[in-house]
Amino acid sequence: MSLLHRRDYYAGALMMLIGGGAAYVASHYRMGSLTSMGPGYFPTLLGVALAVIGIIIAGSAAYAPAPASAEAPAPRPDWRGWLCITGAALLFILLARYAGLVAATFVCVFVAALGDRDNGWKESALLAAGITGFGVLLFSFVLHVQIPIFGSM
Amino acid sequence: MEGSVAGLIHGFSVALDWHNLVYCLIGVLAGNLVGVLPGMGVLSAISILLPLTYGMPPVGAVLMLAGLAYGAQYGGAICSILLNLPCHPPHAVTCLDGFPLTKQGKGGTALGITMMGAVFGAAFGILQMIFTAPYIAKIAFSFGSAEICSLMLLGLLAGSTLAKGSPLKGVAMTILGLLLGLIGQDADSGIERFTFGVLNLDDGIELVALSLGLFGIAEFLRSVNNIAPIDTAYAKLGVSDLRPSRADMKKAAFPVLRGTLIGSLCSLIPGTGPTIASFVAYAAEKKISKTPERFGHGAIEGVAAPEASTHSSVQGDFIPTMSLGIPGDAVMALLLGALIIHRIQPGPRLIIEHPDIFWGLIASFWLGNLMLIFLNVPLIGVWVKLLMVPYRFLFPSALFFICIGVFAAKNTLFDVGTTLFFGLFGYLLLLLRFEPAPILLGFVLGPRFEENFRRALKIAHGDLHTFIDRPISAVFLALCLLLVGTQIWVRLRGPKTRVAIPTSVLDTE
Repeated sequence: MSLLHRRDYYAGALMMLIGGGAAYVASHYRMGSLTSMGPGYFPTLLGVALAVIGIIIAGSAAYAPAPASAEAPAPRPDWRGWLCITGAALLFILLARYAGLVAATFVCVFVAALGDRDNGWKESALLAAGITGFGVLLFSFVLHVQIPIFGSM
Repeated sequence: MEGSVAGLIHGFSVALDWHNLVYCLIGVLAGNLVGVLPGMGVLSAISILLPLTYGMPPVGAVLMLAGLAYGAQYGGAICSILLNLPCHPPHAVTCLDGFPLTKQGKGGTALGITMMGAVFGAAFGILQMIFTAPYIAKIAFSFGSAEICSLMLLGLLAGSTLAKGSPLKGVAMTILGLLLGLIGQDADSGIERFTFGVLNLDDGIELVALSLGLFGIAEFLRSVNNIAPIDTAYAKLGVSDLRPSRADMKKAAFPVLRGTLIGSLCSLIPGTGPTIASFVAYAAEKKISKTPERFGHGAIEGVAAPEASTHSSVQGDFIPTMSLGIPGDAVMALLLGALIIHRIQPGPRLIIEHPDIFWGLIASFWLGNLMLIFLNVPLIGVWVKLLMVPYRFLFPSALFFICIGVFAAKNTLFDVGTTLFFGLFGYLLLLLRFEPAPILLGFVLGPRFEENFRRALKIAHGDLHTFIDRPISAVFLALCLLLVGTQIWVRLRGPKTRVAIPTSVLDTE
């Protein structure tokens, strides 16, 4: 089975899952009637519609002609980049909560920068230091964002 | 007519207030910048600046954010023409003839013609807005819930099926957006929906978090270690290069006019934004040309027409957004969301209830475009230098700005987590070849759609016929059917009549 076919099966399945899930959850809210709709009516409708479209997406993949050769190949997985970006955002949340803006900014930029294969320790640290200086100046002193410079919130 | 002139005078008194002038300048400058930078989109730029506007008066906020939307168009052309980088979808098609011109040493001419087209297109789009928006609003005034509902359905269907990618997947994204828009407390019954007991979700998902996740973090995840280095070899030019010769201007005059008209037509059809306008204009120009073989090798018409078309369409896109409260694309949806955050109810009443915003915005269009013309000439050199800032320094910094911007929206770190979630989810959608832009459309319109749907059926005592018994609503529904029917017909017939655009150009957006 070609890549395109598999991708559309997954795409359809994801929509079925989300639509079905939404309809299931919404069906527990009061439905009401067409004249006086309860909170469950509209989301159930949407959930069912989404699930049906999911079925059509997956179904039409089965009948679609073989994809043109112009189809771009799937990007190769880049775990280093993905992990660093995800980790940087998570660390920002954690450090902004418990250690203040300086630590949060530095670590966030540093970790994210390490996600790029061309960035070394030194370059990343320099970039992080620069953004930290600029960020603290802008967000603490000019815009008064409510994260303490040091210490927990 | 007289009302428009009086309104416009009022608008200039608003826009010329020096606070608003500064906001407008910040907006267009920032827009110009993000238009140039590859890997940074208008959507993320507006979303990052949006929380900063929470403390501002609504007029200034809207002028600034709108400035970003049209300012980016000027930057996008620079990228396409000088560097062959389609960083900004509406300008992807400009690469085809713009870059060959640059290679022949005529990049300055191409940019000069682009600016000429931009001014003409934008001016036409603004005039169109001045004279049509108040009338459209007046007509829409008499709309009941049933009409609004059908109109929204038309807008959503057009927005999702006419945009990039598979129409079916577009519709799926719109419905997903509508569902996301329902999260939180239901205004009607007070019940919390889809919050799963999480208190932070009671007010719904934060618009900024959703959009920065889908268009910011998801983009980083896709682009990291995956961006080709930028070749600035040809990107050297002086100010004097920008003045096109008389012969070039003559050659470009009619393409500019045709492009402008195509753009303004596209802006009136909901869902066909600047990207489609520029592609159609290019294709049309190639078709009517006596020497179509010159296209792709540096035909000046191939730059003039799509650029004029983009600018007239971007300005025209504000018409349905401001007069009906129905955005044509994701950028407009975001602007509409900004209005709602500033407690301004979008819809046909906006022009009457908030003349400051409507006419001030129009006046600021004139001023902003003027600023862009004067700034663009000396700044092109600066933008090109900025392009040398490699992506590996850009995205970590942008990630930090996203985190703190989202936090500042409501002073809660929960929203930063939401952003990350939608970033990962958005990347999954991208991998499955979904285009996430319609999500924003559905998200912004979701609550209003449900409200009007409920009300229409309450008034009609639950009779679904109300949507076809009322003539205006019936027309909108017929248009919906026509739209879906055409899509299916085109699909079954196979993609024969498409413009041949190298897929590489489209994929790097």
